[in-house]
Amino acid sequence: MLYLPHTGEDIASMLQVVGVDDLDGLFSTVPEDCRCKGDLNLPEQLSEWELNDHMEALSHSMAVSPEYRVFAGAGSYEHFIPASVSYLLGRSEFVTSYTPYQPEMSQGTLQAIYEYQTLAARLLGMEITTASHYDGATALAESLLMAIRVTRRRKVATSSLIHPVYRQVVKTYFEPTGYEVVELGYLKNGVTDLAELDDMDDLAAVAVQSPNFFGCIENLQAVGEKAHDKEALFIASFTEALAYGLLKNPGSQGADIACGEGQSLGIPRSFGGPALGMLASIKKFMRSLPGRLVGQTKDLDGKRGFVLTLATREQHIRREKATSNICTNNSLCALAAAMYMASVGGTGIRELARLNHDKAEYLKKELKKAGFTITFDSPTFNEFVVEFPDGFEATYKRLLEKKIVPGISLAPYYPELANHYLLCVTETMSRDDMDILVREIKS
Amino acid sequence: MKESVGTTGLILNESLLWEKGKKGRCGFSLPRRDVESFPLHQELTGEGPDFPDLSEIDVVRHYTRLSQWNFGVDTGMYPLGSCTMKYSPKTNEKQASLPGFAGAHPLLPATLSQGALKMMFELEQYLAEITGMDATTLQPAAGAHGELTGILLIYAFHKKKGAQRSKIIVPDTAHGTNPASVALCGYRPVLVRSNEQGILSVEAVAEVMDEDTAGIMVTNPNTLGLFEENSQKIAEIVHAKGGLVYCDGANMNAVMGIVQMGKIGVDVMHLNLHKTFSTPHGGGGPGSGPVCVKSELEPFLPVPRVIKENGRYVLAEDYPESVGKVAAFHGSFGVMIKAYSYIRTMGPKNLKKASQLAVLNANYIKERLKGILHLAYDRPCMHECVFSDEHQKAGKVTTLDMAKRLMDYGFHPPTVYFPLVVNGAIMVEPTETESKEEIDQFIEAFKAVVNEARQDPDRLHDAPKRCKVKRLDEVAAARKPCLAG
Repeated sequence: MLYLPHTGEDIASMLQVVGVDDLDGLFSTVPEDCRCKGDLNLPEQLSEWELNDHMEALSHSMAVSPEYRVFAGAGSYEHFIPASVSYLLGRSEFVTSYTPYQPEMSQGTLQAIYEYQTLAARLLGMEITTASHYDGATALAESLLMAIRVTRRRKVATSSLIHPVYRQVVKTYFEPTGYEVVELGYLKNGVTDLAELDDMDDLAAVAVQSPNFFGCIENLQAVGEKAHDKEALFIASFTEALAYGLLKNPGSQGADIACGEGQSLGIPRSFGGPALGMLASIKKFMRSLPGRLVGQTKDLDGKRGFVLTLATREQHIRREKATSNICTNNSLCALAAAMYMASVGGTGIRELARLNHDKAEYLKKELKKAGFTITFDSPTFNEFVVEFPDGFEATYKRLLEKKIVPGISLAPYYPELANHYLLCVTETMSRDDMDILVREIKS
Repeated sequence: MKESVGTTGLILNESLLWEKGKKGRCGFSLPRRDVESFPLHQELTGEGPDFPDLSEIDVVRHYTRLSQWNFGVDTGMYPLGSCTMKYSPKTNEKQASLPGFAGAHPLLPATLSQGALKMMFELEQYLAEITGMDATTLQPAAGAHGELTGILLIYAFHKKKGAQRSKIIVPDTAHGTNPASVALCGYRPVLVRSNEQGILSVEAVAEVMDEDTAGIMVTNPNTLGLFEENSQKIAEIVHAKGGLVYCDGANMNAVMGIVQMGKIGVDVMHLNLHKTFSTPHGGGGPGSGPVCVKSELEPFLPVPRVIKENGRYVLAEDYPESVGKVAAFHGSFGVMIKAYSYIRTMGPKNLKKASQLAVLNANYIKERLKGILHLAYDRPCMHECVFSDEHQKAGKVTTLDMAKRLMDYGFHPPTVYFPLVVNGAIMVEPTETESKEEIDQFIEAFKAVVNEARQDPDRLHDAPKRCKVKRLDEVAAARKPCLAG
């Protein structure tokens, strides 16, 4: 077996040193009645070449570009990833190392994550970013729990236009805690109804996503003011990190915590994971943050270096009083995001974000021209909601056969929005792609 | 001794990203603009992030140099205890990056994602078979996330029974994340101590188990690398009082094809695909922490679940008793492909062989090093063994000093100061993918370090000398944190 280097001779001489007769003899401390009888019932081993064929066949059944035109976003976005990013990310020194517990042997990972923390903080307009979380949903759940710890209150308000699956994750995390989540409704123009906050008291946090699940840009400044009036923390959530290349960032609008999904920053969609949970806060809450943090320091010679720091918040030291149970995070995804942000650069990210916005506006305009209704008139970034006529399911199916995925149906998440679809356009869609979509829907 | 692999090498300096570059450069090929520009209200737009502008070669050199300051399994032996730093086969990386997988949107209709669903369905079955359990969820994104999911299932189980409980038993030989996972679900961890043999005694558990205790969370094999020999009797005691048994399966690499946990009383357990199933650790993730359960907990598993209907795979949401969701989509799908590829290329016989060789390597190191290092528990170990600095203390040399000096010999140090039950612990887990020659060289290096500890302790105090940096001031880093530049 190519991954097992032992020869028969090696095994024999090692067994002799250990003082047992055969490999079974190594398991003398496992009581007889705990042992497996017979072999595991698993398929017989494949050669590398057989595996290639098997996996090729599985992957071929998947609907992906360029064969398919997928106009779906909803928390997972198709963006171009430069070959240089994928290539660098494959460096095995990054890929096959572990959490940098021994900093002298892990300066590559440590400096790279420190740089990620810095670039992410600049993107979000925050002071501190953690080294990463699992995904946008768990980052939101941990942010809300953090707000509860900081304020010592037991209730949070979340916008109903936060990604529905994120809200489900929050509900799951909160179920055994006894903390309460109240949901804020939405207005006719597709943004959160902040007036509902007026009658609420004792809130630990108000969480709003922007651009929200309908793609609409929220007035974060107003959310922040309302939250702070109530002495609650303002949590800005997001699913499309690239939007902040163009839009005002959460920090400049008063966010205490910004959290969300960083998949857009150079990470393949990969059926939804691994992803990149981003979590940032103002400095005041540094010691309440969940997850790993990398800090700058000096070595014995006074040379700059980096270490994991503020470990006293963490589970291996604080045990049940820790700020989170997170240990393995999504470090390599954070590294991909850093490489991507470094490649795109300050000038590039602005142009790229603008292009996303403009392309989505083009499709919006064309759909309107074709007679469809753009449900909400608030400004959007690269996603928006369209209302199609009754019976659109048949058209949807027909388009799938033509290898076009015309967005995500909103009905499963918002039953009041039957026939409403969430469409997404990124820089990967050409004008032709969009024209074809409109033509096919109309025909 | 052969020449040490440790060398000063050629290590280049490299500044921080924003200390480089020049406005107007770009390392990204901007797509063609084929639509007109649409104005966006000025009130909504910001100034854009203050990122440096770098060309492609700036970025490539930057990260190539950084990578050379790192040590990975591909560089050399990484015997980090409890982390199972085994070799990550390259073909698995290739499979995960196939365009059909890497480019797939998570909310594609099931008809357009049969390959992904089939892979997940089969992987769930393989993991259930390896653990001897009835059902699996792949949604948790890491080991500790699996722990949280497992405890949520236990919580849901007791809630449905109509009598919630307040405590969970956690031994001192459990993983560090266990108490925090328990606390996240509102349970209070109750500590029980391992006995003089380093394992749990039936009596110790019987003493604390009561009808207000939701269950026990056992790491098996435990963090001393020892098999919990009394696990079946302990499970009987816990079950008799209506509790459930959680097994932290992070150490499953010792017992694949040897022990099926589901057959010895375990009700719920998690696996770390990034340990046992060879997926790379990525400098701290992404991982994947599937949870396997017995049928009594199956109704509570997270949704959606992959099921097979009339020969097609579908995602099913309709499980009213489910705990809900622990991740936005399906979990670390890319990691699952690698683990799936690993299981398929190993087959049942080689998985068992991997465990046998992992245990052989650990016992071999234990036997060959126990003369010079204090062995905490002198009995047959599983996949890892735990030493301490007991013999070196008098000479004012600590575990940390020896760990740092090992770096100069070209080895990543073992896990140090964990588990807490052993003072100055040195926890060595070689894994099965290290050959006898590599292990012999590691043993010789450790012997040389121990010799130096006797003859020239300052050489250890000043170590490492051959890395990019010398010892770093961690106290200053925590006292005046600088977390962004």
